Amino acid sequence: MPKFHLSLTVNGEARELLIDPRRTLLDVLRDELDLRGAHRGCDSGDCGACTVLLDGKPITSCMILAADCDGSTVTTVEGITPAGGLHPVQKALVEKGGIQCGFCTPGMVMAAIGLLNENPNPTEHDVREGLAGNLCRCTGYKKIVEAVLSVEESKA
Amino acid sequence: MIGQRIPKLDAPDKATGRTVYGHDVRLPGMLHGRIKYSKHAHARVVRVDVSRALKLPGVKTIVTADDNPPTMFENGKDNTPLKGQVVRSLRDEVAAVAAVDADTAEEALSLIEVEYEPLTAVFTPEEALKEGAPLIHAEHGSNYFTRYRYSHGTLEAGERESDVTVEADFELPYVAHAAMETSVVVAAFDHRGHLTLYSTTQIPFLLQRDLSEALGMEGSEIRIIQTAIGGAFGRGLDIYPFEPIAALLARKAGKPVRISFSRYEEFLAAPVRQPAKVHVRAGATREGMITFRDAYALLDIGAYVSWGSVTPLVMMETTASLYRIPHSRFAADCVYTNNPITGAVRGYGNPQSTFFVETMMDRLAVALDMDPVDFRVRNANRPNEETPQGLIITSCGLKECLEAVAARADTARQKDEGKTMKDRPHPSSFIPHPSKKRGIGFAATLNVGGGARIYRSDGCGATVKVDDFGHVSLVTGSTEIGQGSETVLAQIVAEVLGVNVEDVNVLNSDTDVKPWDVGVHASRTTFIAGNAAHIAALDARRQLFETAAEMLKTTPDDLIAKDGHVVAKVSGKSAELGKVARARHYREGGQVILGEGWYDPPTKLVDKDTYKGNISATYGFGAQMAEVEVDTDTGKVRVLRLVCANDVGRAINPMAVEGQIEGGAQMGLGYALTEEVIVEKGRVMNPDFLDYRLFTTADMPEIETVIIETDDPQGPFGAKGVGEMGGTPTAAAIANAIHDAVGVWMTTVPMTPERVLKALMEKENL
Repeated sequence: MPKFHLSLTVNGEARELLIDPRRTLLDVLRDELDLRGAHRGCDSGDCGACTVLLDGKPITSCMILAADCDGSTVTTVEGITPAGGLHPVQKALVEKGGIQCGFCTPGMVMAAIGLLNENPNPTEHDVREGLAGNLCRCTGYKKIVEAVLSVEESKA
Repeated sequence: MIGQRIPKLDAPDKATGRTVYGHDVRLPGMLHGRIKYSKHAHARVVRVDVSRALKLPGVKTIVTADDNPPTMFENGKDNTPLKGQVVRSLRDEVAAVAAVDADTAEEALSLIEVEYEPLTAVFTPEEALKEGAPLIHAEHGSNYFTRYRYSHGTLEAGERESDVTVEADFELPYVAHAAMETSVVVAAFDHRGHLTLYSTTQIPFLLQRDLSEALGMEGSEIRIIQTAIGGAFGRGLDIYPFEPIAALLARKAGKPVRISFSRYEEFLAAPVRQPAKVHVRAGATREGMITFRDAYALLDIGAYVSWGSVTPLVMMETTASLYRIPHSRFAADCVYTNNPITGAVRGYGNPQSTFFVETMMDRLAVALDMDPVDFRVRNANRPNEETPQGLIITSCGLKECLEAVAARADTARQKDEGKTMKDRPHPSSFIPHPSKKRGIGFAATLNVGGGARIYRSDGCGATVKVDDFGHVSLVTGSTEIGQGSETVLAQIVAEVLGVNVEDVNVLNSDTDVKPWDVGVHASRTTFIAGNAAHIAALDARRQLFETAAEMLKTTPDDLIAKDGHVVAKVSGKSAELGKVARARHYREGGQVILGEGWYDPPTKLVDKDTYKGNISATYGFGAQMAEVEVDTDTGKVRVLRLVCANDVGRAINPMAVEGQIEGGAQMGLGYALTEEVIVEKGRVMNPDFLDYRLFTTADMPEIETVIIETDDPQGPFGAKGVGEMGGTPTAAAIANAIHDAVGVWMTTVPMTPERVLKALMEKENL
């Protein structure tokens, strides 16, 4: 199969790749770019573990062909993590107990950042609706929602 | 350290994507394995032809039943990695491919030709037990796998003493554990032919043994390395064929092989919660004392034996020992069918039995015209008593849990002090919409809280090392699956050694390094591994004090460990831990600080005939209150509020305890209202998260958790297990709330709108 020439800006760096055109964005992030923070939980857009920001908007990266992202900007959990520290959303999730097995966490972090970018002062209802595409089997979500709301509070 | 809300120590790495899960393991030259499953639920395998698949470029090797060792594995010794003569379910593995990438392996599967001769299949235990039914395992001679017969007291006496009796049939479904990470394994052989298996197992040491059987190798030739585990909930409590298959592929290919399940495969081939058909009777006196409880459960274990065949042990405990039950009988039959394998899922039989036991409690309360909480408190288990089943209850906060949730229910309804619930205005009278009715319901739970002896050992080992820099390493046999054991164990060690929790590194992932442990199950880790870590830390501290006493010119009993130092109480002089360790180390006849701990609780295997005996060193208790709104037009049930109180002995880390309860509640809510693996003719009909609905952030009700502390006499710092209790009583509390709201008794879960509506329509017709 002829390769596809993909140009992407990933976490602020311009990347040029020759990829199999059948590959999803998640495949390319994990296997070609060695960014394994985005997790594969279902491969059908149902669980949200692979959530990244595409041109600033949260998307499930298992549901989009990498070739369709040509020329776009992608931000993954690795991209929002400051050197030697934590993003306020990550810090809140850690401190409020919103992380157990952690498999859903990077996707949850990116979905929350996408939500807060769009709506810096969400209500609890907004957070619950905004994160409804990200499944978690460990926490019961209560501490995740509290964490995201606390980020909003600390900003204000 | 004890009692502090300390964030999970591994959380920052998880939040930043640094954590290495099984799916992230990449070994040099690693191949990707895929499994070809059966096309039929029951068939003779006539021919497996892999020749076309082998020719596909990129395919490195293929294994079939010809590659199986001669040994059988799993609990019933009825399974082999690949199936050669007969397939017994749609999850049966017929062949497997290792190729350079997963797509090539997948394509190769489609080129493997399998010829079958279909056999009659049976999909219910009733069919399987019929005269002349096809045998699932001919060599077993019957589809009847095993039976359980328990009793105490005499039912006749119980009946005689009863003023009211109630009776009902229940039917409970398959449920998926639905861990966010699917099953994954990486197998690699070294030059000696020894296997290293990167695994998400919950039983690393038992898996060594199981794999040795499944692969015809010595256990000593097998090393299990546990990666970070993205949830497990019981899935990893047994060996399943994909694990030996990965090893067979890796051995044949001479390269490491990874098999990672798709979500579809996870629904198809991972174990599911046991469905159950149960007939229950119970009685009580006019004064509100339970007289007897009698249950019979018919259980489908699927096509091969896994832990589904042992769930009756737990169902029996709920039936015979939740509340004081003078007369009780529990019987269960476990039957082979051509359905999926049933296994362990969080709560392990207890969500099933708590559903029928606790809804029957409300039926009795209604029959007696008695407040459901008062009725429960009257019959509650008490501290320091032995149940007729032989469970030795020490600490027990069941009454306190019930009272705690009842007190909070009072604020959910109209404030109306001094009256029982029945006398208060019904909450539905405050709802504007006439089709929506509100109700509240209660349920309690009893769960092992101090291990569960189902093997001859229920032990765990630990070592605590203090190095020359005062850094502390705990090596524990236990397994971390997200529950927070590494943080709780670090807190215990830090408390004993007087250091910060961040100064304790917990190593728990390699069978070549860590001492033996039975596995992470039965809510046992805080209690069992916690006691082992406590013992090891005390041993390390003894060694530190011995040397520090020489250094500080005093005696060990004058010393305390505090702020990273050993401090003499009288003189106030102190020495840093690292300095003490160096003083012990760098001298003639020097030693390192290395504490050892082994803890095996003082419990018994249940008697093999009577099933009596004290299986756990202590028991956990809990109660929940659900407030629901039922739409009588649609049958839709909305949970408005869930209050969960749990007796955890002592909360070493209250935030982690809440996390266990809240997460358990999410599973319990799913069990109650949305989650069912629909199996038709052996086929899973809803193998994805679109059709198998987990509760999301938007679906969750308000949850309040109440921690009841009873300071268990044997628990580490008074703690006992809590891991499984969060979701156990939820479905019963919701069913009872539905009855309170609209007067129908639900006997199955999930209580979907169509089922609730059907119950409402049946009630109308009466």
